[in-house]
Amino acid sequence: MPGRRSIVASEPLIFELASPGRPGVRPPLAQFDDVEPASVLPEGQIRESLDLPEVSEIDVMRHFVRLSQRNHSIDTAIYPLGSCTMKYNPKINEVTARLPGLLEPHPYQPETSVQGLLALIHDLEAVLGEIAGFATVTTQPAAGSQGEMVGLLCIQAWLRSRGERRTTVLVPDSAHGTNPATATMTGMRVEPLGTAADGNIDLAELDAKLNDDVAALMLTLPTTLGLFEQRILEVTRRVHAAGGQVYGDGANMNAMLGRVRPGDLGIDVMHLNLHKTFTTPHGGGGPGAGALGVQAHLAPFLPGPNIVKNGSGYALEPAGPDSIGRVHSHVGNVGNLVRGYTYIRSLGRDGMREVADDAVLHANYLRARLAPHYDIPYDRICMHEVVLAGTRQRSLGVRTTDIAKRLIDYGVHPPTVYFPLIVDEALMIEPTETESIESLDQFAEAMISVAHEAKTAPDLLHAAPSAAPVRRLDEVTANRSPDVNWINAD
Amino acid sequence: MSYSPSTDADRARMLRTIGVDSIDDLFVDIPDAHRDPALDLPEALPEVDVLRLVRGLADQNQVPEGVPSFLGAGFYRHFVPALVDQQLLRSEWYTGYTPYQAEMTQGTLQSMYEFQSLVCRLTGMEVANASLYDGATALAEAVLMCRAITRRPGVVMAGTVHPAYREVAATYTQAVGVDIRTVNGWSRSDAGVAPDVAAVAAAIDDTTACVVLQRPDFFGWVVDPTPVVEAAERHGAKVVYVVTDPISLGLLTPPGDLGADVVAGELRSLVGPPAYGGPGAGMLATRKAFIRRLPGRIAGRTTDLDGQQGFVLTLQTREQHIRRERATSNITTNQALVALGAAISISALGPGGVRGLATRSLSAAHRCAAALKGVGATVFDAAPYFHEFILHAPRGGEATVEALAAHGVFGGYPLGRVEPALDDALLVCATDLTTRADVEALTNAWQAIHRG
Repeated sequence: MPGRRSIVASEPLIFELASPGRPGVRPPLAQFDDVEPASVLPEGQIRESLDLPEVSEIDVMRHFVRLSQRNHSIDTAIYPLGSCTMKYNPKINEVTARLPGLLEPHPYQPETSVQGLLALIHDLEAVLGEIAGFATVTTQPAAGSQGEMVGLLCIQAWLRSRGERRTTVLVPDSAHGTNPATATMTGMRVEPLGTAADGNIDLAELDAKLNDDVAALMLTLPTTLGLFEQRILEVTRRVHAAGGQVYGDGANMNAMLGRVRPGDLGIDVMHLNLHKTFTTPHGGGGPGAGALGVQAHLAPFLPGPNIVKNGSGYALEPAGPDSIGRVHSHVGNVGNLVRGYTYIRSLGRDGMREVADDAVLHANYLRARLAPHYDIPYDRICMHEVVLAGTRQRSLGVRTTDIAKRLIDYGVHPPTVYFPLIVDEALMIEPTETESIESLDQFAEAMISVAHEAKTAPDLLHAAPSAAPVRRLDEVTANRSPDVNWINAD
Repeated sequence: MSYSPSTDADRARMLRTIGVDSIDDLFVDIPDAHRDPALDLPEALPEVDVLRLVRGLADQNQVPEGVPSFLGAGFYRHFVPALVDQQLLRSEWYTGYTPYQAEMTQGTLQSMYEFQSLVCRLTGMEVANASLYDGATALAEAVLMCRAITRRPGVVMAGTVHPAYREVAATYTQAVGVDIRTVNGWSRSDAGVAPDVAAVAAAIDDTTACVVLQRPDFFGWVVDPTPVVEAAERHGAKVVYVVTDPISLGLLTPPGDLGADVVAGELRSLVGPPAYGGPGAGMLATRKAFIRRLPGRIAGRTTDLDGQQGFVLTLQTREQHIRRERATSNITTNQALVALGAAISISALGPGGVRGLATRSLSAAHRCAAALKGVGATVFDAAPYFHEFILHAPRGGEATVEALAAHGVFGGYPLGRVEPALDDALLVCATDLTTRADVEALTNAWQAIHRG
């Protein structure tokens, strides 16, 4: 049965909780005699007013606790967003990331005073290279998209070093939107590539589009259809034969841990999302960490500084002469590197493979349970996620949005919807390895129940959600006259 | 071991439902030759053992608790209220995803809206996004925005902008035809180092998309930007300000009052210690007119079917998941949790707290400079500064830093690392967390290394 609406009243804005003169948290006691700002700063450089809300500490605490309770989270219930790998975030990661020796150091401390930190990052890069099959890994990118940009810039630089200039990037029509957006940011032209009926890349189309202007193929593995590219070796061989490089989007690495190393399959460069595969929390949208692995020929072009091990210990080595340059103010989202490292050392060798095994098992279990109730356009053994289509339900006048919103009433987070774009009314489900069979069954039963309601009581779906803090929201008005800053709203 | 709750009995039941005999049967699409590689990885570690291992690495690093630190240079330590981290440890915040299902993520969406509103108040701007990776990439995106708005290729970059930020802006723009011209913006003489705003203003012309200034700048200076802003106006160029320490906005005139078109900055110091450079959070704020050029997520306020207030991700047609190759940027994952921490921190401190941290930092730096002068050091303080100043190091910056470290003090940032002409200078920072004992340790160490 759908849950009841637990939290109804809307929470005021922080600005509405303010009262002039109400004290906030006190700054530290003055250690020094005050210096009058006007005595040391030029005229016109001191602000006259600071219009921030004045809210008591307890009201700030309650406000943000109450807001947090209006969220769904992994620690609440299953969160099967396809392509997002919403798995359990181990709590020990939060403990290690907050150890003062890892949280406090300043980027410009002498290298001799941060040897443990540099050793951790250096070891993490080595371990990630071993897991994914790459000669060199940099952990500087802050997220997957930035890793993509670094990867394409490295490919451009490598081509330049060979006296070549190529400007086309082949992007399958099933790819994440970041792939084409990244190609544009690096000044390249996107050429879409079709998907064959079996869910693999259309080899004939690949051949037709490979030419001496193709710098790279961007390939998500497993694909966003949740399928392993069955002719992967043929695909990478043909791209290389045409003088191009293969960029791997590693968002779906969870399916492959310990089972296959993408670097062994002809992929030249690939990012790994530590916030997907390696359990650093998603944080409501970030921060992530996007390590990038490359084969040896691309290593000279990676961003710097790099952490190297020499005779006396670990050091930060400035970027070499061929480097594409820096992409972060220092060496990346270090806190998340600590979390990812903690996870990898917790799992060890055998734990890696267990992740992929159970992630793939759980997805196939849901595929089997849901197959009688939803269309599955590419129906074969899937990897860590399964893509359904709400086409049967559409013919009953119910859209995938309605299915998703009705699932909210059942207390489970809906799957990713309307992606990949090549599947009509797509519902992309990634349960991950950390859900129990009871949790998977509960989700399956909610999906089945909603499919049943689509036939018998479609209005329930059209009106959903009814058990959430708000009902469906007016996005059209929000877009047409954006209210994005409270001060302007008055 | 893998945090998977499945038992062998569960697995057997699932395999039966799927209709295969073994888990191996699920991996048949992987080419045989490459399936199941032998990985050279260490054994699994239980929680206590992994904690022991990582703590061992953590303990090898020195922290300001044991070694007084005067390092700033873009990464600042300020007091952060205890409730901030208590909030960030709430599962409902840190284990949630990007709020794509608005009805289930109203907490995150409303907090984003409040964050944007608070950033606007701090910076004096009209609209802000919900965060970018860090201050350096925020600058890169600001430059790309101005290029798109003006359709001009040139960027005038003051040499007083953080060197790492300048490098990242160069990386981001190298492939799309942006011509970044770096103008020193400072000059060296026997008397010291002084700002040269006129040189930056003079470099602006009709091909300039934007001019980039930092406030306070990399050298700690607070300079009147009027000549640059006027030159930009004359030539139709946009003005971008970089802010590496948001606490400075508690005291200094906000960029919005100084002709800013875009403000790019770093928010880390509101949320916690430097964490060896990340995760921080980039902020990007601009004028209302340019909202559709902003990269990244933006939360908007609207109403639901019952007319009740609610929040959504808005203007999503700017973004990669809708617009693909025509998006304003490829960013998707941002630094949401750090941005949330910044919003909570500002709310908890209030105007008195933010201003208090700013004035205490200003006082600490100026008293620290005076104490150094008191022991015979020379401070290049011809220009006004906020919480960071240039200290003359006659024995050379690197050598001085090394010698001070040997006396148990991280004395500052050797400017010769980025400017060879300043290889006899240190950048020294003090904030509200700097104590009298810290300053005493610095002056004692200074005297010790310059004795005899």
